[in-house]
This record gives sequence, structure tokens and C-alpha cells, in this order.
Amino acid sequence: MFAIYKRELRSYFVTPLGYVFIAVFLAAAGFAFSILVIFNALTSGRSDVDTYFTVVIFSFAILLPLLTMKSFADERRTRTEQLLLTSRVSLPGMVMGKFFAAYTVFGAAMLASCLFFIVLGRYGSPNGARIFGSVLAVFLVGGAFIAIGLFVSSLTENQLVAAVGTIAVMLFFLVVGFLSSYVSSPALRAVLGWVSVYSRFQNFTSGIFDPAAIIYYLSLCFVFLFGTVRVFESRRWA
Amino acid sequence: MIKATHLTKRYGSFTAVDDISFTVGEGEIVGFLGPNGAGKSTTMNMLTGYVSATAGDIEIDGHDLLTDTAAAKKSIGYLPELPPVYPEMTVGEYLDFVYELKGCTLPRKQHLADVCEVTKTGDSLKRIIKNLSKGYRQRIGIAQALIGDPKTIILDEPTIGLDPRQIIEMRNLIRILGRDHAVILSTHILGEVQSVCDRLLIINRGRLVADEKTEVITTRLSGRLRVRATVAAPEKQLLSAVRAINGVLRADPVAGGEPGAVTLLIESEPGVDIRRPLFRVCAESGWPILALEQPGADLENVFISLTAKDPR
Repeated sequence: MFAIYKRELRSYFVTPLGYVFIAVFLAAAGFAFSILVIFNALTSGRSDVDTYFTVVIFSFAILLPLLTMKSFADERRTRTEQLLLTSRVSLPGMVMGKFFAAYTVFGAAMLASCLFFIVLGRYGSPNGARIFGSVLAVFLVGGAFIAIGLFVSSLTENQLVAAVGTIAVMLFFLVVGFLSSYVSSPALRAVLGWVSVYSRFQNFTSGIFDPAAIIYYLSLCFVFLFGTVRVFESRRWA
Repeated sequence: MIKATHLTKRYGSFTAVDDISFTVGEGEIVGFLGPNGAGKSTTMNMLTGYVSATAGDIEIDGHDLLTDTAAAKKSIGYLPELPPVYPEMTVGEYLDFVYELKGCTLPRKQHLADVCEVTKTGDSLKRIIKNLSKGYRQRIGIAQALIGDPKTIILDEPTIGLDPRQIIEMRNLIRILGRDHAVILSTHILGEVQSVCDRLLIINRGRLVADEKTEVITTRLSGRLRVRATVAAPEKQLLSAVRAINGVLRADPVAGGEPGAVTLLIESEPGVDIRRPLFRVCAESGWPILALEQPGADLENVFISLTAKDPR
């Protein structure tokens, strides 16, 4: 598993993919931070941290597929997966190696963006608990998104299909909660609200620590990683 | 080393491999021969654990592939049809990766150097695989298969896409490997098995149609002599004259003759060379022989006869 992790991580930085991902994310986050947090603080005295984190989570929904689209789709296209699948590495080991590699790149980008708040802390007194909670939530949602990306990537050998499919699934989980205001059935509304990644995320940005959300994000991550393993198992037996 | 019993693979209603059993021992190079789509790659994919068999058992070096997977896989080196190399890596990085992937415990530096020496890949460890030729990638593919010193080597069409010089090098390499490994190689090139394999498994439409030593199959055919003759003569008279020659088993006209001439395929009894009597007969009647050739007693004939009479 560690061999796969290492190779995968290296390939992110041998190809421009890793750099592009981190650069574009930091540019987007930096832009959102200057407008929503710093500019608002200067003009109205109120910085809008929760909108900033919303931008962060949506930009990951667009950018994370860049990291995951290749992972299995390309291995399948170039047949290098035969090497992995005939090696002694177990299927879960293979999937986790890829997961942690993508997560490392994502985590590095996210950590770098946290430097913004160090700057903020020097010039003002931000609400530390609220920011910490939001950052934690982003780390958890990121894991779930990467798991979704790996799962979709394992279904196809076309990177583009993998990327677009991943964005679609991620956006579904993000915006499904918005639908609830258009649904009259209370049961369906509860389900939509429950599934929504974003409504739970809002708890964190408004400073509420929500253990149920943490468990939900971890479960989402687990379900899709497990699904990925199953995809390979079922292909082997097909 | 490799023991496959009643191996079957079905994709839905299509049976790709149908009840194949064979064994391959140490120090043996076995050629897996069949037309395209006969089930060669599917069988190899099953042997290496890439796909699972619908039915049947595979034992590698005494380890069952299904229940003792890790130990069985450790004993296999596999070169798939396309060498599984990552184009953005250098050769050295790639071999290092495979070493770690296989969880190899042999002393790294020495082992990788040995593998590179056998496959002659040591001189370009720093080159990026993307920029290497097909033949070179194939050699890296073999190097990859040899890492971890597995007892059995499975090569899926190892010479496909190589130029003639590379093919010769590859065959020499396979012969070297055959000394202390059990090697299975698949191919649809008959000359290849004739030059490197000790034994042949011929597969057609998923079924095993022959499992014999290469020389047994070759001699089985070379016992009979076949001659193809083009003679400028009236067909009926020529046929009766030729059939009257001592030792001729059968003579049949075949298509593709020149105008005004007849082409015959003549089969004679073992040990009888009918070319001289044929000349005499034709000379007496004043029929000029335009062409006379002996189609080689090669595997092509065995292969065609074996695969053509398949019941399906």
C-alpha cells in the first residue's frame, strides 16, 4: 500500500496536476478570502467567514476531480492496473494507497490556505472555534469527496468521464439540501436534509460542533471507498 | 510449478475458456498457441489472478491461487500483453516501485542490478519510460516480472511489435529464463514456439486441442512428405499418372494454378521421396514441370489441421 501511495504522490508532482491543483485552489481561496473576509472587515467591520468556507467547499467540488479522475481510469486505460491487481497488494490496500495520496495533496493545499487565518489573527480577533470547526469540516468533506472521485474513476477508463461524473455526484451531495424548500412532503424533506453535505457543513461554519455530521462525513467516505473495492472485486469475477 | 485443472471462464453465455487442464514444470518453456481470440490471454489472466476463473483450480508452486493468494502471487512474474509501465516514471523509479509493490525482501540493490543485467535495461535507469522504444518497454516489462525472483514466469505475446533483431534477443532471453524457471508464453507466431518452446499447448475457441512436446508434433508431420507441383499438362491424364506412382497416397488439384497448367498437392508415404519419379513420369509424357516445392513440415500444418476440425 505504501508503494502505491508513494508512486501516486510522486506522479502528482511529476505531472503538472498537483501544482495546478494547489495553485488554482490557493488562487480561488485567496481571492475569496480577500473579498469576503478582509474587504468586508475593512468596509463594514464584519468579516464573512462562513461564506468564505462555502466558497472553499465548492471550489474543492470542482478541483478535487482533477486529483482523482486519473487514479483508476488511467490505470485501466494503460493496463498498468494489471500490475497492481496481480501483485500481492490487497484491493483495500490499493484503494487506500490512492486515497491517501490524493488526500495528502488536498491536505497540503488546505493547510496552506490556513495561513490566511494566521494573517487574520495578527490584525484582528477572529472567532477561533468557528474557524477551527470549519477547517475540520473541510478536511472531512474533502475525504468524502476524494472517496467519491476514486469510486467514479474506478467505473470508467476515460478520465474526462470520471471528472465530470465526480463533479456531478459531488454537486448532488452539496446542493441536494436546497431542494428541500421546494418539497412539500416532510419525510422527503428530512431525507434530503439528512443526505445534504452542505446543510451539515453550515453547522460548522456557524460555530456548532456537530458529531453526527462528523460521523456522516466519515461514513460517506467509507461507503465510497468500500464501493471502489467492490467495483474491482466484481470486475474480477465478471 | 503451475497446475491448472478444469479451468473454465464464462462471460455471460459466452465461454471464453472451456475446461482446460495442464501442468508446467520447472525448467520447462511451454508455448501457449492459438489464433487470436482463442482464450490465451484469458487463461493467462486467470493464472495470474487478474480475473477469477468461473470454475476450476489453479495451483502455483504448491499454493492454491484462491485460498493462498499472496503466496501464489509471489511465485508468479507476469508480463501482460501491454507492458504495465507508467510512462511518466524513469526506468529506475519504476523498478523500485515494483520492488516495493511486490514486497520483495531480497537485497534491493543487488537484486535490481541482477534483473537489469539479465534484461539489459541497466544502462538507461534514468530515462523516462515515455521516451523509450516498444522493444525497450517490453524488456522493462520482463524486468518487472523478474523482480522478486518468482519461480514461474508468464509472458503474454512477448515478441509482439518488436523488430526482427529485438525478437531474436527476446527469444534468447526467454531461453535463458527457461533454464531455472517454469515459463509459459503465449503467441500466435508458430516459428516462435518452434524455436523456444519445449512443449506446446494448442488452444482453439477456448479448448485445449493439443498438449505435446514440440518435437513430437513436428515429427508427427514431417514423417509424411508433401509436394506441391505445377505441371503444364491435361489435368485428368496427369492425375492418373501421378496416382500411379509408387508411394503416392493421394494427389489433388489445388486452386491457383497458371493457365494451361495444373497445380497438384501430392502426399506420399513416409520415407518416400516422390520428386524423382514425378520428374520421370512427366518427362516421359513430355509435360514440363513449371514449379516443384515442398511445403515445410512445420507447425502451421499441425495447427491448421488441429484447429480446423474443432467440432464447434
